[in-house]
Amino acid sequence: MEPRLQPLETIAYGAIGLVTFFAIWTIVVLSGAVPHTFLPLPTAILTRFTFLLTHSFAGATLPQHLLASIDRYLGGFLLAALVGVPLGLLMGWFRWLDDILSPIFDGLRFIAPIAWVPFAALWFGTGYGGPIMIIFAGAFSPCLINAHRGARFVNASLTEAASMLGTGHFRTITEVLLPASLPSIVAGLRVAAGLGWQSLVGAELIVAANGIGYMMVQGQANLQTSTVMAGMVSIGLVGFGMDRLLRLAERAVGKRLGRPA
Amino acid sequence: MGSICFDKVDKVFGAGSGVLKALEDINLIVADKEFVAIVGPSGCGKTTCLRMVAGFEAPSAGTISVDGKVIIAPGPDRAVVFQQFALFPWKTVRGNIEMGLRNKNMPRAQRAPLVEGALKLMNLESHAEAFPHQLSGGMQQRVAIARAYVLDPAVLLMDEPFGALDAQTRVVMQEELVRLARLNPRTVLFITHSVEEAVYLADRVAIMSRRPGRIKGIVDIKAVRLAEQWDKSERIEDVMERESFVHLRSNIWKSLREEK
Repeated sequence: MEPRLQPLETIAYGAIGLVTFFAIWTIVVLSGAVPHTFLPLPTAILTRFTFLLTHSFAGATLPQHLLASIDRYLGGFLLAALVGVPLGLLMGWFRWLDDILSPIFDGLRFIAPIAWVPFAALWFGTGYGGPIMIIFAGAFSPCLINAHRGARFVNASLTEAASMLGTGHFRTITEVLLPASLPSIVAGLRVAAGLGWQSLVGAELIVAANGIGYMMVQGQANLQTSTVMAGMVSIGLVGFGMDRLLRLAERAVGKRLGRPA
Repeated sequence: MGSICFDKVDKVFGAGSGVLKALEDINLIVADKEFVAIVGPSGCGKTTCLRMVAGFEAPSAGTISVDGKVIIAPGPDRAVVFQQFALFPWKTVRGNIEMGLRNKNMPRAQRAPLVEGALKLMNLESHAEAFPHQLSGGMQQRVAIARAYVLDPAVLLMDEPFGALDAQTRVVMQEELVRLARLNPRTVLFITHSVEEAVYLADRVAIMSRRPGRIKGIVDIKAVRLAEQWDKSERIEDVMERESFVHLRSNIWKSLREEK
């Protein structure tokens, strides 16, 4: 790759990209090649977005829908992390557990989270439990896989040092494997956060009575494409914000372990 | 107590056509409180000898025992000092040294004086709360030695412990280890490819041949050291200039040369 750019240059190039993107979009719509209902103007989306911030649509304002979504999302994501990370570490330490579980998880992870929708609705309902299961399905694999790989590739001399010091299984996992795999685990959480967020919106399109996905479906039913787009914008913004937060966490972990990321 | 016994030990790596005989018919007894160094060309299997005593690897034939008990797994009775230190980077110096004692479920009040003693022994008192990456290589290896010593192990296994250090630090650490060995004698199995280091530190030096690794000779250093009163020399370079030292060193060196 070419050498790094100055921060200001990076921002300037980013702005050029965004401005060009919206300019082409506006020209295409204004030229009349595409009807407004098929593709609304960026300004129309912005107007709709600000309107929805304070006005109720499909039973709630945009922030309320978002909060409902984030609530479900956090539930599913935390559950995936709390199950996936410890299980991954255990599989990285106990070969027999790895041998038992790997074939199952290797198969399951290729099933798109959305494919679980019928069962999620059937088993856990369409309010809170169902969407959580779908988010879980999306976020679980990266949590598990990264913890597993992190634990498996820990420097052998560290696990040997632990064993010659008489360290038991539990302490080896919590005080050696976990900290050693932390960079890998946090990277996995970042991927999981993105996949979980995508799955959530997919889930709400089908099973939910509120939430950002539900708002978009209602917008679609009313042929309000600008509402759908406003939903997409807020999904992107929230996703971007979360990723930034996790990136900070990633860097903090690198620093704490003495090797800056 | 802490005597190590290699009894007709073979070690084979791999299987089928890719099989490699690393060690053949190793017989060696390290007496209690004796310091034995193994020297040999690289790849002769000297580190494998140590790793089998540690319990990281098992012999393909024969047995290795410590105090008559056959080794089956790693344990704190056989503390290891690694070439690359192998300190836990997320633990402080104190945390690293304390780990083995915590594993023995020793209460904090009982651990504290032992940890302080180990810190003092290796001149680490002022670095107790530092993390390994904040220390130089020599200091890190001091921590690793303290971590091993604090366990009061029956045997101490040192795998080229000074191999990753620069020449000056290395000399300081060698002198330090001699001081330690006198202060607090232990059974030590020490792996090195430096003949000088082996002669300076050890009571006996075992010379290994190249593949398959065998012990081709054992040289007694202790008798010469006592007779010639090496201990009267303060510094390592004074010892190394003595005729008796030079003689032993060149004998071992010649024996190793045949292997190259």
